[in-house]
Amino acid sequence: MSEITLVQAINRALTRAMRDDPTVVVLGEDVAKDGGVFRATEGLLAEFGEGRVIDTPLAEGAIAGLCVGLAAQGFRPVAEIQFTGFIYPIIDQMMNHASRIRTRTRGRLTCPMVLRSPCGGGIRAVEHHSESPEAIFAHMPGLRVVIPSSPARAYGLLLAAIHDPDPVVFLEPTRLYRAIKEEVPDDGASLPLDRAFVVREGSDLTLVTWGAMLKETMATGERLAAGGVSAEVIDLATLKPLDSETVLRSVAKTGRCVIIHEAPRTAGFGAEVAARIAEHGLLSLLAPIERVAGFDTVMPLLRLEQHYMPEEQRILAAARRVLAFR
Amino acid sequence: MPDFARDSTQLINLYQAMVLTRTFDAKAVALQRTGRLGTYPSSLGQEAVAVGVAAAMREEDLLLPSFREHGAQLWRGVTLQDILLYWGGDERGSASSGPRHDFPVNVPVGSHAPHAVGVALAFKLRGEQCVAVCVMGDGATSKGEVAEALNIAGVWRLPVVFVINNNGWAISVPVARQTAAATLAQKAVAAGIPGEQVDGNDVIAVRAAVEDALARARAGNGPALIEAITYRLSDHTTADDASRYRSDAEVSQRWNEEPIARLRRYLVKRELWTKADEERMLTALSTQVDAAVESYLATAPQPVESIFDHTYATLPADLADQRAAALAARSRR
Repeated sequence: MSEITLVQAINRALTRAMRDDPTVVVLGEDVAKDGGVFRATEGLLAEFGEGRVIDTPLAEGAIAGLCVGLAAQGFRPVAEIQFTGFIYPIIDQMMNHASRIRTRTRGRLTCPMVLRSPCGGGIRAVEHHSESPEAIFAHMPGLRVVIPSSPARAYGLLLAAIHDPDPVVFLEPTRLYRAIKEEVPDDGASLPLDRAFVVREGSDLTLVTWGAMLKETMATGERLAAGGVSAEVIDLATLKPLDSETVLRSVAKTGRCVIIHEAPRTAGFGAEVAARIAEHGLLSLLAPIERVAGFDTVMPLLRLEQHYMPEEQRILAAARRVLAFR
Repeated sequence: MPDFARDSTQLINLYQAMVLTRTFDAKAVALQRTGRLGTYPSSLGQEAVAVGVAAAMREEDLLLPSFREHGAQLWRGVTLQDILLYWGGDERGSASSGPRHDFPVNVPVGSHAPHAVGVALAFKLRGEQCVAVCVMGDGATSKGEVAEALNIAGVWRLPVVFVINNNGWAISVPVARQTAAATLAQKAVAAGIPGEQVDGNDVIAVRAAVEDALARARAGNGPALIEAITYRLSDHTTADDASRYRSDAEVSQRWNEEPIARLRRYLVKRELWTKADEERMLTALSTQVDAAVESYLATAPQPVESIFDHTYATLPADLADQRAAALAARSRR
């Protein structure tokens, strides 16, 4: 079996879901004929036709809104928002409608939609193409927020998101789209949407991250290991609902924790993780929790973006401070 | 004259539906004023739009109402009790009565227009002869989501009819301050779809215009926009005081054009309706509304844990913890 990239795994999951369930439809800007600007939907039009793979006019708010209508009618729309900077017009639809139609109607109408969007920086893109909006969506009751960090997890989590009876915002780290290859069997198996993944076991320090930052975090883990420090690395993968249990179990073991994310620091999702540890695991902590995050600034253009995203050196420095704390 | 308007039974049904809406409306405002209902948007004077639209629809069509279409909801089978429950602050008011597929009322103005597009796309994909009907106010036409929805509906030729209930006012802003466009119907032009104006105080005209648009949409000939021109005789809601921004003289003038007296004069002139009929009807409607109010007032609130019940299909673990904490706090009291 050949190894595939994360974006190919997305494509494989979409194909699989569409083959298995005729109510799954894919829509968005340039998703049909062009196969998506990142090619995530390549080949779908040829296999499933224009009734199920639909190029929409350029209107992100309406794309999200029409998914609410389709989903209430029993379809499972999977919409693509082309770039993160274009995602903000959908907030009205996600907050006011997609996430609450079940509550508003006491379950009479539901919204099994998936909204896929690339996220994050590091691909030398133009302005408004590199943001990390996960905390905005994680603050919306009734939504699920998922960010895969490997081809296999992208496949299993996207299938789960499509099968899920509630709306899911599925953020795909563009930096990882073609950065890693692995074998991804097309077995149609979903991964759970409420479980974090321990991707490296360790006993001295817990590193919590998600999305593209897993790459630098794993590298930090390796570097620490070379110095005799055993770091545990957790990929949260599903931010909402958050699997605090896996985080707390790890911190109970290590007593030390660094949280790494690309999004701005203040009110970033790392604050929620830190708060959960403080509420439920304070006494197991041997050192203050540290966050390594993007700055509370506008995401810089491409010449400086690598200094905005947490670099391995910053993660390592935080890890060493936390390890040295007595 | 359309066929239905030659049928006295149908005319009387339209008349009674409008009077029921107004009787209910007066009662709802009174309940709010006495602290037994939340903020409520009266539909006084606009009954012909709501009733005319709903009367044109089939059961299998799908209504996406704005928050002032009580008359349309009632025609479609939503109960008086449920409308009271909703405005009394209980989600169950949008849960059970009326067609299972209809949308609940839309409060954030115009944001339901794209939902109608999605619903219409579903009808088209399944090859069903159904139409989505989205009713919105004049203020909604200033919103981007509405322009986006009209545009997409046009390009995909979807079975959807947008009805603008132009009551002249978006809270305190009159239509003349809402747009420089001469009409709201012409908002359809840029979307490449038919747009027309209709006298929104003439229930026969509203029903006829919507029926025509529905027939075209059902036959696969695409969407339409109908601007029904009426007038908001009431405040925006019970929390509003319209005397701050519009004159009594303007309102008194508009009372001369209101739709119920107008249809009654017509029925009386055609000798289809008598004073005795009127009295009988008013007594019956008043009894019906009073019974609904009684049943609404006797409905116990949902239990506290119901806040969590429909957030997700299955309660996630962290939300289950919050639910348990809410119940524990309650039992300690």
